[in-house]
Amino acid sequence: MARTVSDSTKLGWTIAAWIVALLIFFPILYTIITSFKSETEAIAGFNLVPSGTLESYAEVQSQYNYFKPFMNSVILSVGSTILALIVAIPAAWSMAFSPTNRTKDILMWMLSTKMMPAVAVLVPMYLIFRDWNLLDNRGGLTVMLMLINLPIVVWMLYTYFREIPGEILEAARMDGASLWGEIVYVLTPMAVPGIASTLLLNIILAWNEAFWTIRLTTTNAAPLTAFIVSFSSPQGLFWAKLSAASTLAIAPILVLGWFSQKQLVRGLTFGAVK
Amino acid sequence: MATRQTRTLARFMMAPSVFLLLIWMIVPLAMTLWFSFQNYNLLNPGNVSFGGLFNYKFFYTDPAFFQSIWNTLVIVVGVLLITVIGGIAMGLLLDQPIFGQGIVRILVISPFFVMPPVAALVWKNMLMHPGYGVFADIARFFGLQPIDWFAQYPLFSIILIVAWQWLPFATLILLTSLQSLDGEQKEAAEMDGAGPVSRFIYLTLPHMARAITVVILIQTIFLLGIYAEILVTTNGGPGYASTNLPFLIYRTALLGYDVGGASAGGIIAVVLANIVAFFLMRAVGKNLDK
Repeated sequence: MARTVSDSTKLGWTIAAWIVALLIFFPILYTIITSFKSETEAIAGFNLVPSGTLESYAEVQSQYNYFKPFMNSVILSVGSTILALIVAIPAAWSMAFSPTNRTKDILMWMLSTKMMPAVAVLVPMYLIFRDWNLLDNRGGLTVMLMLINLPIVVWMLYTYFREIPGEILEAARMDGASLWGEIVYVLTPMAVPGIASTLLLNIILAWNEAFWTIRLTTTNAAPLTAFIVSFSSPQGLFWAKLSAASTLAIAPILVLGWFSQKQLVRGLTFGAVK
Repeated sequence: MATRQTRTLARFMMAPSVFLLLIWMIVPLAMTLWFSFQNYNLLNPGNVSFGGLFNYKFFYTDPAFFQSIWNTLVIVVGVLLITVIGGIAMGLLLDQPIFGQGIVRILVISPFFVMPPVAALVWKNMLMHPGYGVFADIARFFGLQPIDWFAQYPLFSIILIVAWQWLPFATLILLTSLQSLDGEQKEAAEMDGAGPVSRFIYLTLPHMARAITVVILIQTIFLLGIYAEILVTTNGGPGYASTNLPFLIYRTALLGYDVGGASAGGIIAVVLANIVAFFLMRAVGKNLDK
């Protein structure tokens, strides 16, 4: 089926695709470039060659204590994802391996909870957090993010688990494996890749969540989303520092994202597109 | 195979997820509903009384309300139009033979991983700033007057930023769908003399229908709740020109301390989301059952 394409056609498509791709990537590229400029360079007009100074990075750490929101982002995103996995794995497991007539309804219902706009429960959640002294508290926010992503985690795991063939279980049983043996030696190794991509994708989603993380924190528990918002005040127009902070905030997730791009499609479309 | 024992076990394994989500769905929503009938202001917490439909009336007669609903819909539809049409075009482009396809893909999907406040601030300051932004530099290069994007076209500016964030998602999914199109079918159509346009309309587009539906469904869920992008760029203004429903509720609740009013707005947001979800689920159900 591989059709031969002339080199000149391929070159034409290549040029077109690269131009479009670079245009789309440009805002990120320019942010990275600006992060290596000094503040005066940053507002001195369009310039793709920075002086290469690291002063913005140093100042983001020394003036704004960048490390703290960074650690908060790590704790919140990883913590909430692991919590969600602990709750979701048994559920997805049972739905995939012993489905009932109601399994599909339960899955649809779970997805429908994602349709509820977050802002609709802003008032009660804010009051609950305030009254329980959970405002600006990492624990409270971790549970919150866990609840937000739980339906997606269940769905993703379900679509992965469903593809583990049931016959393999019967074969193991014929060979005399116990239920425990089945789970540990047969199913778990087959389920690990699905769990890993679910983990990766949900860390990305939790890392970038930008409603509750901004509204329910002030300083102590503020992750990078809230930290970056503090750069939006008009008095603080320091573009080089903004760029350095932004680069640091998106770099880890960008790299994770590149690794997970293959799983991204089936994960985020709940297996509907593969 | 499913004995009673395994069925009990299955129920037991499902219970924590279902229980948590049930509480998460019912308790805050019930509280919102309850508050929406109360006169309750955080500045005057000792004086809470039953207000009946007052909050709804108040919200309903506020001119900002209709504008915010309109803005919400404009953002959703605008971003969907750009990302779906752009995503199809991008998908078709990336499906061609290209040198360095892997890197091109990585460049194109990157914006999706950028957190909303970063995306919005980078666009606002470094690209769209009327004085120092790249767009202003380009305008001046051509001898034009730089545009003050967020003052003159606030809603469009937000749509542009959000579309940039979601175009990669649409592209990636539509590209995946394109790549699963049977090559032999394409060749057969070609041999039958179908031109590129009719091949696209009669073969490619129907094949992508399912993927397009999924893109619309998932994006709509997220687009109805756009918040951070507005917060760091226009703050809802000028006036209410770029205030959507989530932002109006946030303003009422946390800047106006009006618990009752914000709750009434919240209930309206739920109703709106459900109307949209109803039509979406019907469309998606049709497309996904195939």
